[in-house]
Amino acid sequence: MTATTTPPVRQRVLPMLVMAVCTVYFLVPIWWLFVGASKSSEQFTSTAPLWFADFHLIGNIGDLLAYRDGLFLRWLLNSLLYTGGAALLGTVLAAMCGYALAKYRFRGRELLFNVVLSGVLVPATALALPLFLIFSKVDATNTFWSVFLPSLVNPFGVYLARIYATASVPDDLLEAARIDGSGEIRTFFTVSTRLMLPALVTIFLFHFVAVWNNFLLPLIMLSDERLFPVTLGLYTWNTQVNQIPELRGLVIVGALLSITPLVIAFLLLQRFWRNGLGAGAVK
Amino acid sequence: MRKRLSAVLISALALSACGSGGDDSSDGAAAASCAPSSGPVTITYTTWIPGIENVVKAWNDKNPTIQVKVQTGPNGNGGTYQNFFNQLKAGNPPDLGHIEYDALPSFRVQDGLLDVASCDIVAQAKDQFIPWTWNQVSFGDEKSAWGIPQDSGPMALFYRADLFEKNGIAIPKTWDEYAAAAEKVKAAGGYITNFSQSDINQFAGFTWQAGGRWFANDGQQWTVNLTDDKTKKVADYWQSLISKKLVSTVPPWTTEWDNAYNSSSAWTWVSAVWGANSIMSGAPRTAGKWRVAPMPQWSAGENVAGNWGGSATAIFKNSKHPYEAAKFALWLNTSEEALALLNKEAQLYPATTAGTTYSYLANPVGFYGDQKIYEVFAEAATKVTPDFTWGPTMTSTYANASDGFKAAVSGKGTLSDALAATQKSTVETLKSQAIPVKE
Repeated sequence: MTATTTPPVRQRVLPMLVMAVCTVYFLVPIWWLFVGASKSSEQFTSTAPLWFADFHLIGNIGDLLAYRDGLFLRWLLNSLLYTGGAALLGTVLAAMCGYALAKYRFRGRELLFNVVLSGVLVPATALALPLFLIFSKVDATNTFWSVFLPSLVNPFGVYLARIYATASVPDDLLEAARIDGSGEIRTFFTVSTRLMLPALVTIFLFHFVAVWNNFLLPLIMLSDERLFPVTLGLYTWNTQVNQIPELRGLVIVGALLSITPLVIAFLLLQRFWRNGLGAGAVK
Repeated sequence: MRKRLSAVLISALALSACGSGGDDSSDGAAAASCAPSSGPVTITYTTWIPGIENVVKAWNDKNPTIQVKVQTGPNGNGGTYQNFFNQLKAGNPPDLGHIEYDALPSFRVQDGLLDVASCDIVAQAKDQFIPWTWNQVSFGDEKSAWGIPQDSGPMALFYRADLFEKNGIAIPKTWDEYAAAAEKVKAAGGYITNFSQSDINQFAGFTWQAGGRWFANDGQQWTVNLTDDKTKKVADYWQSLISKKLVSTVPPWTTEWDNAYNSSSAWTWVSAVWGANSIMSGAPRTAGKWRVAPMPQWSAGENVAGNWGGSATAIFKNSKHPYEAAKFALWLNTSEEALALLNKEAQLYPATTAGTTYSYLANPVGFYGDQKIYEVFAEAATKVTPDFTWGPTMTSTYANASDGFKAAVSGKGTLSDALAATQKSTVETLKSQAIPVKE
């Protein structure tokens, strides 16, 4: 750590003010969600939206979990499988790919890298319909795999992994491992991944968020509600509010519960993320 | 380019098929297309009706050879219609799909639906349906039906009996009386109603009642007429209430909307039968104070109702088991058992004549001061004029009109301006999809 110089007070006020405004701007919806989720449906419309009325959060959660035999829990579990599973496996794939691009010389390496990199520019939304048509050909729409398999791909992760592997895994170390008789795969998993860990956490988080937010793919692929991720499930309920107004309360409580895993993941892993981003940047 | 050309061809084919009616196809071929399958079958049914599993379970328990598998998703415009179109493109649509009346023509134009009139059992069941609901699926063509009517939304006037009585205001029977009452309500510190600024469907219901006809199809071409005299009359009427600030204008299906009713700020709502439940859950503090009366009329002594909402159960073109699908759809939409379940789970109001008189609709409703409100709607259901047709591009028509209405409500332009602009954009949309349109 180098010594940091503290700027004069006046120069600190403005940034702090901007940050404070931003913080309020980002936190108010979450606060609203929390307050809203704690109200009974009657008080929801008739009391001030940003402050508590009678505290019904526990009862509301109970209602949500009981509704339609705990369908919501199933959605949460699905989300965890789609998102956690795809992020974990996708990170491993991206790491291996990026590592190979960084550490091995072979013909067409740059071409391959550029092709992968151009994939970053293609939004996941644009691929949903072609993927649906492809999965239709093999009769695999409306299955777990139709959402899981496309979610494994993460070109940005490959890019990050390559940059980071170049910077943090010294060639000499790999040479030493080879001389000691370690195979390439073993070296990768026992030596290189440890050195790349901060980057892997970053990739994992990015991937996690990307899959979590990829709403269109499950919307197009799935029609069995027992396969829905929580985002699609809540959206479906929300479109039925006209017919079943009681659903509005469930959607709000559900939204609160569904962001909780994300918040926890971020709070636990943000330290790694910061490191990873910083390390990537100085390279 | 090639893709576009084929799209043009498909629409052209669809329309020519539309134009020639059933005359070309020989009866033998038509009957064969709806023959019973041998052996047990499983059919798929995509719908977003809440609680549909329980209804389907009642069928599956009794029909081991025709098992129905429910698929679900968001409501039609929320994504399920787009999914249907994708599935049609990929060749794997479900056997049966839930399609609202106003979306049915767009599927017809894309040639995605089976003409269920070719099924004997459907043709025989035709008379069980309220005639105007049948028109919504036949598009006025005697020989065709592009789905089986499921539910309907006849409109009536919900009003706060206590507030009207307390302030000595008579319950309006005509739209003139309604406007006069609006002044008195304003003087008493309320709004007579909320004009749902972004929900064009309510306005469509008003127009339907007034006799406006937005779309027509003569078999060759579509006619778009969002600016006919009747529509203009309705638009000018509401514009005047908005300009005089006699109505509130919060967006529908929001907490503000609920609050307008819950806090007794809005005194009436001209809405469809399913609106009974919206008020009940949105305005719990007003329990017991609401009543229902027939919709206000354009001339004294008339008795005409509008319709807001309603949907059909359609069979997609490539269904391998159209006969079984039709059999299930008929049970779903005509049997007392299924209709009672649909009403219990999702407040669907039947499209059959007998359905409106079933016992589950005969009970007094506590929220409405023990009035037998469904008697009013059963009467209204028979007073809906039969020949209102939806266009094939309603999604964009709604979006354009809704933008214009929002502007009008905030003082930029009028409802008539919005409709004139929508007229223009709708014609353009039809042309851009290569659907023949008369100008």
